[in-house]
Amino acid sequence: MRTSMKKWIKDGDPWIWFNAGAVAISMIMVFGLLFLIASRGLVHFWPHDVMETEYVSKSGDRLTIMGELVESEMVPAAQLMGAGYAVPEGAEFMQRNLLKLGNRDVTGADFRWVLDDSLENRRFPEQVIVLERREWGNFYGYLKSVKEQGQVIAQGEDAWPVLVERIDRALDIHSRIHEIEKIEIGGINSRMERLRLKERGLELEGNATPENLLSIEEDRAILDAEYQALQQALIELYEQINRDSMVALTADGQERHIDLAKIVRAYQPNAMSLADKVGFYISKLVEFVSDEPREANTEGGIFPAIYGTVLMVIVMSIIVTPFGVVAAVYLREYAHQGSLTRLIRIAVNNLAGVPSIVYGVFGLGFFIYFLGSGIDQAFFPEALPSPTFGTGGLLWASITLAILTLPVVIVATEEGLARIPRSMREGSLALGATKAETLWRVILPMASPAMMTGVILAIARAAGEVAPLMLVGVVKLAPSLPLDGNYPYLHLDQKFMHLGFHIYDVGFQSPNVEAARPLVYATSLLLVIVIALLNLTAVAIRNRLREKYKALEM
Amino acid sequence: MSNSAVTQAPDLDFDSPRLQRHRKKRNLKDQVAKYSIGFGGISVIIAITLIFFYLLYEVAPLFKSASIELVSEYQLPAADHGRTLYSTIEEQNDKALRLTENGQVVFFEAKTGNLHSIVDLPLQPGQTITSIAYADPTSRTVAAGLNDGSVLLFKHSYKHTYPDDRRVIDPYLEYPFGRESIQLDEQGKALNQLSLTLTDSAVLVAAANIDNELYARRFSKEQNFLTGETTLVPEKIDLPPLGFKPEFVVAEPGMRWIYAATSKGKIQVLDLFGDDSSGASINSTVKVGDAATRITDMRLLLGGASILVSDNRGVVSQWFMVRDDDNDYSLQRVRSFEANGADIVDIGIEHRRKGFALLDAEGNLALFNTTAHSTALIEPVSDVPVKSVAVSPRSDYALIETQDGHVRWWHIDNEHPEISVSALWGEVWYEGYQEPEFVWQSSASNNDFEPKYSLSPLAFGTLKAAFYAMLVATPLAICGALYTAYFMAPALRRKVKPSIELMEALPTVILGFLAGLFFAPFMETHLPGVFAVLIITPILILLFGFIWTNMPSQIRHRVPEGWDPLLLVPIIFFGGWFSLEISPALEQVLFAGDMRSWLTNEAGIDFDQRNALVVGAAMGFAVIPTIFSITEDAVFSVPKHLTYGSLALGATQWQTMVRVILPTASPGIFSAVMIGMGRAVGETMIVLMATGNTPIMDINIFEGMRTLSANIAVEMPESEVGSTHYRILFLAAFVLFLFTFVVNTLAEWVRQRLRNRYSVI
Repeated sequence: MRTSMKKWIKDGDPWIWFNAGAVAISMIMVFGLLFLIASRGLVHFWPHDVMETEYVSKSGDRLTIMGELVESEMVPAAQLMGAGYAVPEGAEFMQRNLLKLGNRDVTGADFRWVLDDSLENRRFPEQVIVLERREWGNFYGYLKSVKEQGQVIAQGEDAWPVLVERIDRALDIHSRIHEIEKIEIGGINSRMERLRLKERGLELEGNATPENLLSIEEDRAILDAEYQALQQALIELYEQINRDSMVALTADGQERHIDLAKIVRAYQPNAMSLADKVGFYISKLVEFVSDEPREANTEGGIFPAIYGTVLMVIVMSIIVTPFGVVAAVYLREYAHQGSLTRLIRIAVNNLAGVPSIVYGVFGLGFFIYFLGSGIDQAFFPEALPSPTFGTGGLLWASITLAILTLPVVIVATEEGLARIPRSMREGSLALGATKAETLWRVILPMASPAMMTGVILAIARAAGEVAPLMLVGVVKLAPSLPLDGNYPYLHLDQKFMHLGFHIYDVGFQSPNVEAARPLVYATSLLLVIVIALLNLTAVAIRNRLREKYKALEM
Repeated sequence: MSNSAVTQAPDLDFDSPRLQRHRKKRNLKDQVAKYSIGFGGISVIIAITLIFFYLLYEVAPLFKSASIELVSEYQLPAADHGRTLYSTIEEQNDKALRLTENGQVVFFEAKTGNLHSIVDLPLQPGQTITSIAYADPTSRTVAAGLNDGSVLLFKHSYKHTYPDDRRVIDPYLEYPFGRESIQLDEQGKALNQLSLTLTDSAVLVAAANIDNELYARRFSKEQNFLTGETTLVPEKIDLPPLGFKPEFVVAEPGMRWIYAATSKGKIQVLDLFGDDSSGASINSTVKVGDAATRITDMRLLLGGASILVSDNRGVVSQWFMVRDDDNDYSLQRVRSFEANGADIVDIGIEHRRKGFALLDAEGNLALFNTTAHSTALIEPVSDVPVKSVAVSPRSDYALIETQDGHVRWWHIDNEHPEISVSALWGEVWYEGYQEPEFVWQSSASNNDFEPKYSLSPLAFGTLKAAFYAMLVATPLAICGALYTAYFMAPALRRKVKPSIELMEALPTVILGFLAGLFFAPFMETHLPGVFAVLIITPILILLFGFIWTNMPSQIRHRVPEGWDPLLLVPIIFFGGWFSLEISPALEQVLFAGDMRSWLTNEAGIDFDQRNALVVGAAMGFAVIPTIFSITEDAVFSVPKHLTYGSLALGATQWQTMVRVILPTASPGIFSAVMIGMGRAVGETMIVLMATGNTPIMDINIFEGMRTLSANIAVEMPESEVGSTHYRILFLAAFVLFLFTFVVNTLAEWVRQRLRNRYSVI
């Protein structure tokens, strides 16, 4: 049965196909986006082969270069011709490759676009080494020799195992140095600061008697002594870590001295087997989620951002859950169900649609400048003029997001309460329970999954929110974690790092966007996974709950 | 059973004291729960409304009108030392000074009039002051023109000390250019008009002598490295003959223009960067008012870009040099201010803002702001004739001298005069601009900058971003929702709906990042392809639909009804791939190899990499799930018997859709669009990251914009608490709040009505 074009159009079928197309496009957009983030984010950790090749420059000079191929694109030949490149006869498009050449300390830039045609004699030598360094980015080249105190102790073929072993040693020492500097000296510094504040506080109260000051001085002397001891230990460790160095050759034959103390990881990607690569991949992933960022957040891990996000979300849920639930219970169970309540309900509902930046402005103005400076005047006069709570911090960020997510919790809890059949309440009341008892023993337990849904959705929203946080206490690089071993352990006044802001900052404010981009994709992927999981959990709980109530209504 | 019914019920006492206590306790608990939950619930709701009131509380001072209050009145200090030529107040409003005609500077307490000290200027015997000029008030430098044609420069300075933790301010005079007066007029004629401007490297003095001859002298400052003393190296400027006798002379700090005016209303502009380097040329001559207009005073406004000219009609007009397209400057009357039409006695220029105070012959004080073109206040300050007014550096006090030898010390409360409806939303002619424009430029490096607080470009940018986002999102989301709710197989629907709703939870920072760093450069290189997709994909979909309908039924029936979107996925992929593949070829054929430069050069359309198209796509993506989800709900809950009825009467699927379902569900769809719009208007991160954040007003799809929300995110952290800028950002937040709240409430109301309608049907 053939359908004529005319009838097909008259029936309106084209429109149905358009609608189907819209669904398909939307689905492609969703999954395409997830695929894009996942593919770009996950590939970053894979050890790519390093290519060595002769590069013929515009002026005909030959240069040996070495690096990873990042991406390729086709460029119209006319454009290249305009830029002064020699273009073969009849070619309309030419391939252009982006190479990551590393060696920023040698060449100045670690990425370079080169024409595919200008690369000759490509090879992948097994001896190529890649060094991840604490500064100047990656190094690509050959290992020449390993030195101890300036004396060559291994070279040629034997040098590699020696290098690996000595880098391990340097990393060990480095982690000890890190521990002393960050944790122990950090602890002393925080105690010193507390002493200073105590002294200032005594001065302000007029209690700066010689006895009081003396006890502070004594404490300070003890801390000083501890600090000296640690300093001594550090000097020794630094001597040890600076013992070894290596000599490497760049692709074009320049010799570079590199201290092993500056190396994070060394590997020979071209010589790695698949298993090696998988192992390497996993170790990079672990580093990513558990390590601190290096080089202005463009390398290393994102642990402080994860930590800050999680902590902020926890503090937020501690605040939002009781308030949201109480408000919902009031609206659904206690308030008179008149037009005023309906109005409030609509208003609460609509607050969820108010732009998040507005909450940020409110948080900044009300909490930080108004409440925070009031608190500083009243409770922390000794720290002034440097603000304690009068500036953005974990507490204000959490409260701001709590207000932002309050409607989510209220709406979800109310929905849960509304779904509980009347008969349950009536049964409980008929048995003589008071309203409070009914609420506490019957209603709330039944509504708890709904509350859970609300809180999970609130967490998912808070974890992805960035705009208000930019105003109320998120920073690109926090010197210390907001929860650590120094009294009072949880630093509610401290600024913190956040995954979403990390994406914004590294992607847009970073000096070396090209190098940072894969890391941003990886961070995005992590954030998407976390939020998707949270949402799916919430949806699953809600669906189960609905089934349950359906059964009850039977 | 019957047995137990007969048996005696156990003798239970329900009113035992223990049970009574227990019941009491339970009741008490019940009451406590009731009140505490009531209290908790209400306080949460109050806390939420607090947002609204707090925003309002921060915004309100912007629209508060100015007020003044008399603090004190006292006899003119050291009245016997002569008439006041010039008076001013120091930064802390603690001390004031007046320069007398006898060449003495009298320092006194501003609030009480208690004399602090009287300092004699180092005048030679026979020298008397004939005129006075002061540079930019923050430099605190004053020039006195003398009767022998020379000029004496001095500076009033203040030393702060804190004996017993109390602040004590001691004024003194400094002579940064030496205690000697500098000869300006070789003929030694008295200078009766004087103008002084200072920069870091030079001093310019312009003066007219008693015979109305004009002089200008530029001095470059040279500092002695050993002593740190500054000496002035004079440089004579030859002025061309004016053709009239100047009675008012003003030189501006750019050291380019000198304005000379006669009382008859003629202003002549001298260009010191004239044809040759040492000389000056006449730029233009303008006439103020009509033939009867007389100029009574001419002053520089803060920053020196504008002059204020007051006339005998009681009007003060603002003038500045405007550059035209040929780079030629001309003096233009920009706007004028009028208090009551009474004669103007004195003008006090504000030190930190583009505003001034005006004192008229009837004893009224009027406060004006030039940018906002607003009259902040007109109030009587004296019932006896007044003589002069000086405004304090922070513009919070005014010192008014009356003819009968009294000083009145007024407090001024005028925090935000630069805000008016026209300044916020209208076109304003800013200093240095060719014509009135909408500009948002909130800060600059220098102090005398004119802040440009026009919200119009921001509101425009917000609507532009939302418009393009809706352009992308509305068709996709509504069409998708119609299909999902009505045509799609239930099994597929259960998968599709949650995955599109999952999109809603996607952090917008990720969308912004992808838009800015992936899509924007991608689009720039594949511009023709991106547009080709828009044409090719629908054609392919239709083509495929028609072919599929005419497929043999064995093939068609392999795919059950309502699974068609899956069939379309490869088609759309092919369409996308094909469009991008032919993109370079299209670019070669249609746009001479480079669409971007073609747009700029041939079509005259400016192109930014991060433009409205990118924002539209990214924000559209963020809005799709919102619209989709609500529309889908609305369509899906249209009662089934309506559609069955329609189909049974012989309507096709699509006819049922258009004639039955759409009209029924249209309020729901409307509210979906409204809520989506609300989301697009308030979205911050995407616009922040995917546009260049330039506050321009241009509908061009290839240019960026700055939205209200992104503007808040960018500027809020740097803005000073309580400043006008800070409050305007709050106003922007308040506008966003109100807009989204109203839109959402409207949508919610429509939805509720819809729900009621369904329940009736």
